[in-house]
Amino acid sequence: MMNFRDAKAAPLEKSLNSQLKAQLDPAAAYENLSEEELFTPAEFDHSNAERAGYSNYSYWGATLRAFFKNKAAVFFLGIIVVVLAFTFIQPLLPGQRDPKTINNDPLTGVQIINRAPDDEYWFGTNSIGQDLWARTWAGTRTSLGIGFAVACFEALFGTFIGVLWGYVRKLDTFFTELYNIFDNIPQTLVLILVSYIMRPSVGTIIFALCLTGWLGMARFIRNQIVIIRDRDYNLASRCLGTTTGRIVSKNLLPYLVSVIALRMSLAIPSAIGNEVFVTYIGIGLPTDIPSLGNLVQAGRVLMSQPSLRYQLLFPTAVLAIITISLYVVGNAFADAADPKNHV
Amino acid sequence: MAKYMLKRILHAAITLCVVICIVFALLRQMPIEGYFNNFDKMTEASIQVSLNKMGLNDPLPVQILHYFGQLLKGDLGVSNRYRQGYPIVKIIAQKAPISIKLGLISLAVSLAVGLPLGILMARSTRTRWKLWDKFGTVFIVIVQAVPSAVYHLLIQLYGSEILGVSMLFNDRNPMTWVLPVFSLSIGNIAYYAMWLRRYMVDESNKDYIRLARAKGVPAGKISRSHVFRNAIVPLVQYIPQSILFTLMGSLYVESLYSIPGMGGLLIQVIKLQDNTMVQALVLIYAAVSVLGLLFGDLMMALVDPRISFTGKEGAR
Repeated sequence: MMNFRDAKAAPLEKSLNSQLKAQLDPAAAYENLSEEELFTPAEFDHSNAERAGYSNYSYWGATLRAFFKNKAAVFFLGIIVVVLAFTFIQPLLPGQRDPKTINNDPLTGVQIINRAPDDEYWFGTNSIGQDLWARTWAGTRTSLGIGFAVACFEALFGTFIGVLWGYVRKLDTFFTELYNIFDNIPQTLVLILVSYIMRPSVGTIIFALCLTGWLGMARFIRNQIVIIRDRDYNLASRCLGTTTGRIVSKNLLPYLVSVIALRMSLAIPSAIGNEVFVTYIGIGLPTDIPSLGNLVQAGRVLMSQPSLRYQLLFPTAVLAIITISLYVVGNAFADAADPKNHV
Repeated sequence: MAKYMLKRILHAAITLCVVICIVFALLRQMPIEGYFNNFDKMTEASIQVSLNKMGLNDPLPVQILHYFGQLLKGDLGVSNRYRQGYPIVKIIAQKAPISIKLGLISLAVSLAVGLPLGILMARSTRTRWKLWDKFGTVFIVIVQAVPSAVYHLLIQLYGSEILGVSMLFNDRNPMTWVLPVFSLSIGNIAYYAMWLRRYMVDESNKDYIRLARAKGVPAGKISRSHVFRNAIVPLVQYIPQSILFTLMGSLYVESLYSIPGMGGLLIQVIKLQDNTMVQALVLIYAAVSVLGLLFGDLMMALVDPRISFTGKEGAR
């Protein structure tokens, strides 16, 4: 311990000493310089004259530093990384059961139904003898996949429309009127209607959730773009003949990356929640696809029997852990990405 | 002001028409079984006869115009599967009162609990341990992050155990009202508490509050007559959203507790695939939410003139 501290202190002391020495004895400042350098006239160097004050501020560096200062957020980020990794590694681990196989007792050949959690079936089995541990992680994969697809669509399409809406003045009135009309339609109703009309499948749910989610994103991007569109540096860029595409991708969008990331991280929990809701109505995913919605729904049916409650509680706990972590990390990241918090 | 209001009302009207057209056109894509109670036993000819009678073989625009005419007369059509041949308006008239009562009670509860929670949180940011603030933040994060479909279930499961009441709703037993109302309010409580806290903290960092504190005005008086009064104004703009939230929440909560209201009815007719009922109920829900948002925006314009003219235009 002492050695480490000494090693760090030594260079500091050395440079401090040489500075002190230079102050006391002016001759020491040029004592190490060569004869040639001391007696050659200095030339005018254009690039040196142009050099301005230098700051080592880097946006992403400061964002990451602010993020990692938030201990709770780092803790939840760890949870997300572990859960995500585990969700995808789990089927590759040895000794895992298939989520759709109905397990029979090897001795009697009877289905192992509603087995309470033990060291063979970690989360127990469900009412037809499927392994709940495998089903929970398979369901998490499905639900995260849905959430991620919806979030990506929201980010891409919402940003695209938002940029058009904010940057192209002729389209502004059109989009604003359109927004004022469609924003009043509740998302839940659209979700119900679309799932009611189309055949239940993963694609239907993703489609229904994509239909409405991008509106809020587009509006936000539009507002931000309108604010920074006519800032001086953008005017200058435009006068110098920068193409619109380049202005958008180099001057405008980098501003918005943090917010887009935040909205994506919040879109995933809400997609998972909506999936649970439509599955409850009975127009969600088909019951043979394990998803968090289907598991919660299957557990709900049995929840009045206290001994079978584990079938509701395990999927619910996994769902809650994922959504809470994403929410906390998303918010902490948005705070950290705000340059006002970088000082 | 008047211009803004007129424009806002016009938007609401257009939205409603668009919604009616979309819902109507989409539901015509459903299989025709949804219009008959005993589809399997009917012959092809009799199906065609009844389809003609219901006007379902006409071209789509004609049907939509016809439907608009019906709506203007206050006629939503008849149910086909839920209760064959019974006018939907009558069904809804029986079911609506309990939904309205539930929604209003839960809005009142969420204001009555959410606002004090917000005040407590804001005031405790000035104390040493910030206990209320920490407690409230955890509560808000959980309510906002966990899908409502999940915490409604857990409230039903553990609430009924703690209170010792049955899981299902019973009109005669007032104790069974507690859990549905609590479920419906909890999201809005978090919502109000979060925003009131933020506005109060922002307000209490302003210079005039610092002056008041410096000259020795008691903390309670500052927070009551300066901070709270200024912070409550922008909060009005969140009321429409919370009306919407309560409406959509009631779909799930009513059906969970078997409350004989409109929300539970919608879920029920979706399962029965009664097309005309689904159409009518979706329209009613859309109409109520459009009107709720309209009402909230108009109220916002009345309360705070600063918001009204830029209101929906955002950053210009």
